[in-house]
Amino acid sequence: MAEYKRPTTQEEFDKNFKLKKPLMNDTEAFYESSRCLFCYDAPCVQACPTSIDIPLFIKQISTKNVEGAAKTIYDSNWLGNACGTVCPTDVLCVGSCVYNHQDVQPLQIGRLQNYATKNVINSDKQLYKPRKDNGKKVAIIGSGPAGIACASELRLLGFEVTIYEAKEKPSGLTVYGIAPYKITNEEVLDEVQYLQNQLGFTIKYSSPISNKAQLELLERTHDAIFLGLGIGATASLKMEGENLENVIGAVEFVEELRMKQHLIEVPNKVIVLGGGNTAMDAASEMARLGAEKVYLAYRRAKEDMGAYSFEYDLAVSAGVEGLFNCSPIEIVGDGTKVTGVKFIKTSTKHGILRPLEDTEFILDCDMVIKATGQAKQKIFTDLIDDLELDRKSRIIVDEKNNQTTNPKYFAGGDIINGGAEVVNAVYDGKLAAKGIHQWLTK
Amino acid sequence: MADLSVNFAGIKAPNPFWLASAPPTNSGYQIIKAFEAGWGGAVWKTLGVPTINVSSRYGAVNYGNTRMAGFNNIELISDRPLVDNLREMEEVKKHFPDHAVIASLMVDTREQWIQIIKDVENAGADGIELNFGCPHGMCERGMGSAVGQDPVVLKTIVEWVMDAAKIPVITKLSPNISHITDPGLAAAQGGTDAISLVNTFKSIVGIDLDSFAPYPVVDGKGSNGGYCGPAVKPIALNMVKELAQHKDINHLPISGIGGIETWRDAVEFILLGATSLQVCTAAMHYGFGIVREMEAGLTKFMDERGYNTIYDFAGKALPNVTEWKNLNLKYNVKAEINEDKCVGCDLCYIACDDGAHQAIALPLDGSRIPSIIEENCVGCNLCSLVCPVEDCITMVRTDDGKEKVTWQELTDKDEIPNTFNDARAGGNGHYVPEPSKALKIK
Repeated sequence: MAEYKRPTTQEEFDKNFKLKKPLMNDTEAFYESSRCLFCYDAPCVQACPTSIDIPLFIKQISTKNVEGAAKTIYDSNWLGNACGTVCPTDVLCVGSCVYNHQDVQPLQIGRLQNYATKNVINSDKQLYKPRKDNGKKVAIIGSGPAGIACASELRLLGFEVTIYEAKEKPSGLTVYGIAPYKITNEEVLDEVQYLQNQLGFTIKYSSPISNKAQLELLERTHDAIFLGLGIGATASLKMEGENLENVIGAVEFVEELRMKQHLIEVPNKVIVLGGGNTAMDAASEMARLGAEKVYLAYRRAKEDMGAYSFEYDLAVSAGVEGLFNCSPIEIVGDGTKVTGVKFIKTSTKHGILRPLEDTEFILDCDMVIKATGQAKQKIFTDLIDDLELDRKSRIIVDEKNNQTTNPKYFAGGDIINGGAEVVNAVYDGKLAAKGIHQWLTK
Repeated sequence: MADLSVNFAGIKAPNPFWLASAPPTNSGYQIIKAFEAGWGGAVWKTLGVPTINVSSRYGAVNYGNTRMAGFNNIELISDRPLVDNLREMEEVKKHFPDHAVIASLMVDTREQWIQIIKDVENAGADGIELNFGCPHGMCERGMGSAVGQDPVVLKTIVEWVMDAAKIPVITKLSPNISHITDPGLAAAQGGTDAISLVNTFKSIVGIDLDSFAPYPVVDGKGSNGGYCGPAVKPIALNMVKELAQHKDINHLPISGIGGIETWRDAVEFILLGATSLQVCTAAMHYGFGIVREMEAGLTKFMDERGYNTIYDFAGKALPNVTEWKNLNLKYNVKAEINEDKCVGCDLCYIACDDGAHQAIALPLDGSRIPSIIEENCVGCNLCSLVCPVEDCITMVRTDDGKEKVTWQELTDKDEIPNTFNDARAGGNGHYVPEPSKALKIK
């Protein structure tokens, strides 16, 4: 039997996908904030990609200046609420808390952060006012974390900002790609709405920018363009049987899950292919959806996985079974639907992965989720003149200001780093906004 | 946006947060670092007669896991050569002409006072603070608190100083005295431009249970130290109030000192009439960066209430601090327990039953959620103070606010209880359990 019962109602779904980091109450926040040592040049700040002044906001919570705490957070990070929830804090701020060195529970920084940010979001407290219109216009492609952060910062500097979003909702992967036990859709959308209320950037939904003519129009009508498109659909495995029914990409699965929630169809036996955090998410989610058996198959050893170990532990605790040193060689089916995956066992010597002869086996399943990486937006990036990409098809930017090799274009988020955390994208967006400001006002 | 700048008896500073004369102001290096961190002024560690310091100088009172809730020291005034201090003072003023640099002084004879005042004026000090406060070491040589405790001597020295000084003079008072208004009045009569208080309290922070010597231990012995830190704030606040309400003293600006660590502390001192704030222990505990929390919190407090400068609310609490005899005897509050928040620690029950007025009952069903016996509750607040849950026990007003009578009014009308068993006494008719109810074996 699976750990989780298949959810048939929203209520059951919410129970299975209960938030890992629930909101703190006042008492908890008071006790927790009082524990902070206010370290000098604090390791938690150094570990934060957006360098939030963590000891300061925690001190502000303990002195009941919760709005001040929220301002400290947003001054560094425009998606302070989402990041408090979805950041892998165990390997960032919380992981670097000095209490870890004395086997004392580290400060729950992410939850304290949410305590402060939720307070201002719920009261719609105006913390910022856009500067007077400076007469310059910026177009942003993609309303993910990078785009929203860039838009917010630009509005603060007095730019007119329009975001073009291909989908019907903002926030990109924060809404469409993150496990539901990390953050709810409402929470993500509330924060974007909160920023929009104060800063007044425009988001045009269902407005994909996908051809040269559209780009040329944007170029003519805007002083600068920020690319925050993220990366694309799940990349092909280039393997026989990949087109069978019920062979799906992890990104697409998570998106369907976030949108349909308990109405999503759940298979009995699932094999998730991959060893990254997305694979862990997909496997965990399938288990929480009540699939009877969920395998996580990775071609290398457990310790070689790219995923954070706590993400793997979370998947295991939900009932996922890990299969290591098993490389998929073929997806087998009955002609229309998938029925299993053929694996070959592997070993790694001197870093080189070798298949072991005569070790093929077939594992039955009725769904395969490919969590083996996303395709790059190469077709799109090719439309832009003089835009240089690195050998992994990532846009090359100047790391001082996130300007691309075509000076009118700036970029940030997954499209330049190939896929990282929300917090990295937020940092990129803000940096690019400052870069745009500097470039257009020099 | 609030303007935090102050003009304190002619000494101008960008904000009211000054470092008190103490180890953090021992050198130009430290003071420049502090100004860079956001402090508005600094009172240089006392310059004066030559000294030698001991090793092992500070002791602390840790309360639970809160370190340095109280702090004491047996360090004397600056032991660095005067010429070095003066040279550095000049350099600090060169870099920070708009910040307040105040020279704290402690010498013996009139000639010495005249000479050292000339020296610090030449070095560019913006003001002078007279150290009549140190309760350890220097007082044994007839200086420091020895002066602060003798209003006649204090007044004489203030007169010498006022005669010689061309820059504003602040007289710093010792709290080691029965009535702070005595030295306060002497300082005013001597012609001081301003007063600062409190200096440290004579103290023994603890005894080493192995060597039987007081902390800080110096080769098996110790001496009383000067006590400061958050623990002394309530006493300091009261002393500031005493001077701010005194008609012959309150024309003088007051610099508040004593346990200031957060923006709330700062606001409290200002509400009681202080118009500059001096901080030492918080800077010694957390470094100069702690000023960020104070400054952000004070600014927010002022912005929210529409105060442009601190003078808009300085002293606003003074009319509400009155003598006991003027309090309304008809005012009535009763405790209310929020059952949903209660965690069942029953501290309120035992605090009330053992320590107060037997007005809380435990349930008979073993559920641990206590209830208030309204007719017994005198509204003492104790239960709400011991409750570990935020906003679980609240004190709710039960009188209608229409009736008001004070002890003074009763006295004027000759209606006060005046015999030992007078029926008009407050506790008459108040329920108290029979003594035998407390017997274990009845």
